[in-house]
Amino acid sequence: MLRSIVVALAGTLLAAGAHAQTIKIAILGPMAFVQGENHWAGAEMARDQINKAGGIDVGGRKMMIELVRGDTNEMQSVSDATNTVERVVTRDKADFLIGGFRSEAVLAMQEVAMDYKKIFLGAGAAHSKLGINVEQNYDRYKYWFRVTPPKDVDLVRTTFAVLATVADQIRKQLGKPSPKVAILAEKAVWVEGIVAASQKNLPAMKMEVVGLWQPSAVATDVTAELAAIDRAGADIVFTLLSGPVGIVVGRQMGERNMKAIAFGINVEAQKDEFWQAAAGKANYVSTLDTYAEVQMTPKTLEFVRAFKERFGKAPTYNAGTHDAIQLLKTAIEQAGTTDADKLVPVLEKLSFVGAAGVIEFDKRHDPVWGLGKSTGIAVQWQDGKKVPFWPPQVPGMQSFKMPAR
Amino acid sequence: MLQDILVTGLVNGGVYALLAIGFSLIFGVARIVNIAHTAFYMLAAYCFYALLVKANLGFVLSAVIAVGAVTLVSVVCYRLVIEPVREHEAAVLIATIALALIFQELMLLTFGGHYLGIPSTLEGMVRILGVSIPYQRLLILVVAAAALTLVWFVLYRTRLGLAIRATANDLEVANLMGMNVNRVAMATVAISVALAAVAGVVVAPVFVVDPFMWLAPLVTMLAIVVLGGLGSLKGSLIGALIIGYVEAITVFALPAGAYLKGAVALLIMVAVLLARPEGLFGVAFEEER
Repeated sequence: MLRSIVVALAGTLLAAGAHAQTIKIAILGPMAFVQGENHWAGAEMARDQINKAGGIDVGGRKMMIELVRGDTNEMQSVSDATNTVERVVTRDKADFLIGGFRSEAVLAMQEVAMDYKKIFLGAGAAHSKLGINVEQNYDRYKYWFRVTPPKDVDLVRTTFAVLATVADQIRKQLGKPSPKVAILAEKAVWVEGIVAASQKNLPAMKMEVVGLWQPSAVATDVTAELAAIDRAGADIVFTLLSGPVGIVVGRQMGERNMKAIAFGINVEAQKDEFWQAAAGKANYVSTLDTYAEVQMTPKTLEFVRAFKERFGKAPTYNAGTHDAIQLLKTAIEQAGTTDADKLVPVLEKLSFVGAAGVIEFDKRHDPVWGLGKSTGIAVQWQDGKKVPFWPPQVPGMQSFKMPAR
Repeated sequence: MLQDILVTGLVNGGVYALLAIGFSLIFGVARIVNIAHTAFYMLAAYCFYALLVKANLGFVLSAVIAVGAVTLVSVVCYRLVIEPVREHEAAVLIATIALALIFQELMLLTFGGHYLGIPSTLEGMVRILGVSIPYQRLLILVVAAAALTLVWFVLYRTRLGLAIRATANDLEVANLMGMNVNRVAMATVAISVALAAVAGVVVAPVFVVDPFMWLAPLVTMLAIVVLGGLGSLKGSLIGALIIGYVEAITVFALPAGAYLKGAVALLIMVAVLLARPEGLFGVAFEEER
């Protein structure tokens, strides 16, 4: 009897010891959707790379990474997302949180994470408010850092830079000094600032805005909108689309043989599945993106190729969980601890070369925007392949194409 | 712009009509408000996708199997879920909502939340009045017209149609006359869902297939059948065209408010209901009840 008790006690102590040797990172995302799949895939890659190399050196002690899968179901329910954060913190005892996708959900998840003073590395939501919280109430929100994507305002800066490149090509190829731009933006909070900025700035960039069309983010048909855009004689359809309407726009533009070129933010067009979802009709559709087989940093090519080899498709920006975990490793090793309060100042000063760019944080804990830092890239669908074309100075970029007229 | 509105409204109205007719039929005959109607349309779209894209069975075979399989599922669902509670309208409503959610979650589990595309049955497009219309959309119009004609033929030229109309006219008397009213209701469910499945097969190639694709058309379809008159096939057809045109006019007249097209359609429905509660074409045989 006594022997059994001793054996059980030893087993319990061993298990507790094993737990102390791991750092638990909760990966939060809508796991039934592409976004969550990429969150998890990027994290798995980082975990395997780090654990294979011996783990994370925490003040001279090697600790392995253990991932906790947190399905937020945030596409359907924000409360499911906050419940998931509660669960991974209280039941699964996660040390760190990484992920999130929809800004509405991540804003709510941020609150729960801050309640528990857990470092939360964002890998999906772009809304500025997430960073503004840090600036306005530092003591509460200092545990939040956005790894990817750039905040909405910075996305606009990148978008305008690419738009200028596209407009230049139209001027040269079509001899139109003021290309006509139709703004096709889904009705959502995140597009409001971008739409206002576009209407104000595009004329100054020598582009004529011919109208604004705002379908629902889940619209299944945009034939009326596209017919009106055709009538307006648009050369560029400036898209601001995060929902499935992005697929509908790509497909129906192709079906109508529209001569206008679609460029902007089209989240669905960032996915490898886009071409199939648009039934192979979405030629020339272009969008901002994060990863391609180009040399944004010395790590980009290696990461993208390894990801494709392992998962059979290219990563989307949500696979930035990979950079987030590697960044966390660097910070923990520098700080020599997993204590959140001690890690915050280390993260704030870090300059980390990731696969998507060089990550440095500003006072809002947003990634610093700029060429050579964190801008993202632009890609265009050409005959079933996603071709990167911006920034043109990055090795591996290809040329942007226009439909035959 | 006028020609754009004329053509776009007609084509979109055809899509809506295909969905609304089946829904209206089952309500008019069996008094079943089948909220799962568009979920069957979603099931058919997924089934068609799996057979056509994954199993490479070809358009015709995939379409026939998809429509047949979904119709069979609907009959099973009727026997197991709807028939036992048919006398209680609220229970039927809740049961069909539950069915729709079960189908949605099953598709989410099986295919994930990915957006899937189905190749067009007919490639290419034609210009009508200077407006580009893909052939697939014209096919939808043709199928909608054919489906309407077929439903009319079944209802007014066959013994089954006579039984369906008799049951719709007075369920108790039909029962006393020796008709198997449950079997008639089941046949009506099968016809109604077969129409939804046909819609799924022909409409899905112009839309995107995903587990939530049943929600948006459900709202539009409810607006159409209430506007046209619950249970009236003619009302559904005209209601569908009205909504199609209202949406097209909204987009062309108010580009920045294109997202409001659904809301405008619902507003018109409310206005019609206030002025004429039975809808534009309240069912004639319902009046005798």
